[in-house]
Amino acid sequence: MPTLTLSHLTKRYPTGDLALDDVSLEVPEGQVMALIGPSGAGKSTLIRCVNRLVEPTSGSVLVGDRNVTEMGSGKLRRMRRRMGMIFQEYALVERLTVMENVLSGRLGYVGFWASWFRRFPREDISTAFTLLERVGLAGMEDKRADALSGGQRQRVGIARALIQNPDLLLVDEPTASLDPKTSRQIMRLIAELCTERGLTAVVNIHDVPLARLFAERVVGLQAGGVVYDGPPNGLTPDALTQIYGEEDWNATTGKGDAEGSAPEDGP
Amino acid sequence: MTVTTQTSHAPARNYWRRPPIIANPRLRWALGLGLGIYLAAAIGTLDINWIRVAEGWPRAERFFSGFMPPDFFARGDAILSGLLESLWMTVAATALGVLISVPVAIGGARNVAPMPIYLFCRSLMALSRTFHEVLIAIFFVKLFGFGPFAGVATLTMATVGFYAKLLAEDIEAINVSQSEAIRATGASWLQWLDYAIRPQVRPRAIGLAVYRLDINFRESAIIGIVGAGGIGATLNTAFDRYEFDTAAAILLIIIGIVMAAEYTSGIIRKAVQ
Ligand SMILES: Nc1ncnc2c1ncn2[C@@H]1O[C@H](COP(=O)(O)OP(=O)(O)OP(=O)(O)O)[C@@H](O)[C@H]1O
Ligand SMILES: [Mg+2]
Repeated sequence: MPTLTLSHLTKRYPTGDLALDDVSLEVPEGQVMALIGPSGAGKSTLIRCVNRLVEPTSGSVLVGDRNVTEMGSGKLRRMRRRMGMIFQEYALVERLTVMENVLSGRLGYVGFWASWFRRFPREDISTAFTLLERVGLAGMEDKRADALSGGQRQRVGIARALIQNPDLLLVDEPTASLDPKTSRQIMRLIAELCTERGLTAVVNIHDVPLARLFAERVVGLQAGGVVYDGPPNGLTPDALTQIYGEEDWNATTGKGDAEGSAPEDGP
Repeated sequence: MTVTTQTSHAPARNYWRRPPIIANPRLRWALGLGLGIYLAAAIGTLDINWIRVAEGWPRAERFFSGFMPPDFFARGDAILSGLLESLWMTVAATALGVLISVPVAIGGARNVAPMPIYLFCRSLMALSRTFHEVLIAIFFVKLFGFGPFAGVATLTMATVGFYAKLLAEDIEAINVSQSEAIRATGASWLQWLDYAIRPQVRPRAIGLAVYRLDINFRESAIIGIVGAGGIGATLNTAFDRYEFDTAAAILLIIIGIVMAAEYTSGIIRKAVQ
C-alpha cells in the first residue's frame, strides 16, 4: 500500500485561484519524491493539503489507508503527529530555545500540563539530544532559535519534524533561503535521514540540479497539474520546458552542475 | 536568443511626482479648501480675551506662591497612608486587570477565537473603553461608596479596556508560519497557545503591563478626587482646606513616583525584548 495517495485533489482558493487541478499521485513507502515547478504552480498548496494546513476543495488524501480529508479535528490532530513538516523559512518559534522547538514536535503525544511546565518524558528528551547531535547541533539546546544562522535553524526544523517519528515527511522548499553550499548540506542531511529511517518524503524544491541529486523520483507541477512524473535523469531540456516554459536549459543546468559535485548528471 | 535588451529611442522621462493620496484633483482641492476655511472660522470664533488673560496672571502668581514652600510634614501621616493606598490600588488593579484581560484578549483575537466569542470579547473591550476613568469612578463610588474599593474597580475596568485590546491586536499580528508549524505537529489548541502564541506576545504583554502600572498610578491620583480613595483623596482634602503647601508636597511626590516608574518600566521593557 502506498504511504501517500492523492486522488483527484483540487484546491481553489477563495480568491478564485485554481492552485491544484485534479492531481492524482501515489508515493510508495520509503520513496523520496521531489516536487518541482515554477512559482505559483501549487507545490506548497499540494503539501499543505496533505496535513490540511490548507483545506482541499475536493478529492482525497490518503495516508496509508486512512482518509485525511474526512477526519474531524481530533482525528486530524492525531494524524498530524504521523506527518513531519519542514518549512522554507524554518518556522521555528523564534523566542523559544532550540530544545523547546525540538520538543514541540512531541506536543501531540504529551498532556497539556506536562508541556506547559516543559516536563517531557525522559525518552523524548534523550531522543531530542540524539537528534540534535545527529543534525550537528550538539550543545546548542539552550540557545534561542533567533540566535541561530539559517542553516542551523533549518537543522532544528529537521529535528523537530523527526522527533515526531513520522511516517511521512512533508518538506516545503527547505533550502530556498540558504546559500548553495548550505543548501546541499541540508538536502543531503534530509536525504540521508530518509534513507536511515526508511521515511517517505515529498520535497518541494526550486533547485532542479539539487532535486536530481537527491530524489529518486521527480514530479513536475505546472499551473496546478502534473506535467512530468519520472526519474531524475528523465528531466531533459524538453521536459523542463514543459514544466517551466521556454528557456535555454543547457546553459542553466550546466551552470548548476559546474558548482556541484555530480559528474554523472551532466547535460 | 532569449536575451533581449530594451532598445526604444523615446526621450528619457525626467519628470516624476509621487502620486497623490486622493487621485481626483477636484475632490482633493475641495477637501483642502474646506478644511482651511473651517480652521480659519474656528480660530475666528475662539475669541481670546487678552484683558482677562492679563487679569488672571497675578491670581496665578498668588496661587503658586501658596505652594511655596511645599510642606511634607504637617500632614505627613495622611500623605503616607494616601500614598500607600494608591500604590496597593495600582498594583491590585493592574494585576486583576491583566488577569481578566488575558482570556478576553485571546477571545478577541480574530485568528484564535471563533466569530461569536470574538464579537463578545470585542464588545467587552469596547464597553470598558467607552467612558473615561473619572466617569466610571463616579459611578463606582455611587455603587460601592467612597474609598479605595471603588478605585480598584475603576482601574481594573480601565486596565481591561486598554490591555485586552492591545494584547488582542498583538495576538492578531503574530507570525503565521510559526503558528502553523506548531499546529502541524498535532498540538492541541491550548498547547498551540502556549508554544506558538505565548512566546510571540510575551515581551509586549510584559511591557504593556508595566506601562499600565504607570498609568494606573497616575489615574489613582485623579479618581481619588471624585472619592475613589488613594493619594487623590488626600490631595483633594488638602485643596479643600486651602493647605496648598501640603498639596504641593503631594504633587511633587506624584511627579517623583511617576518619573521613577517611567524610568524602571523602560528598563524592564528593554530587558524582556
Ligand atoms: N492563501 C492563499 N490565498 C489565495 N491564493 C493563494 C494562497 N496561497 C496560494 N495561492 C495561490 O495559489 C497558487 C499556487 O500557490 P502555491 O503557493 O501553492 O505555489 P508554489 O508552487 O508553492 O509557488 P512558490 O514556488 O512560489 O512557493 C498561486 O496562484 C497563488 O497565488
Ligand atoms: Mg511554495
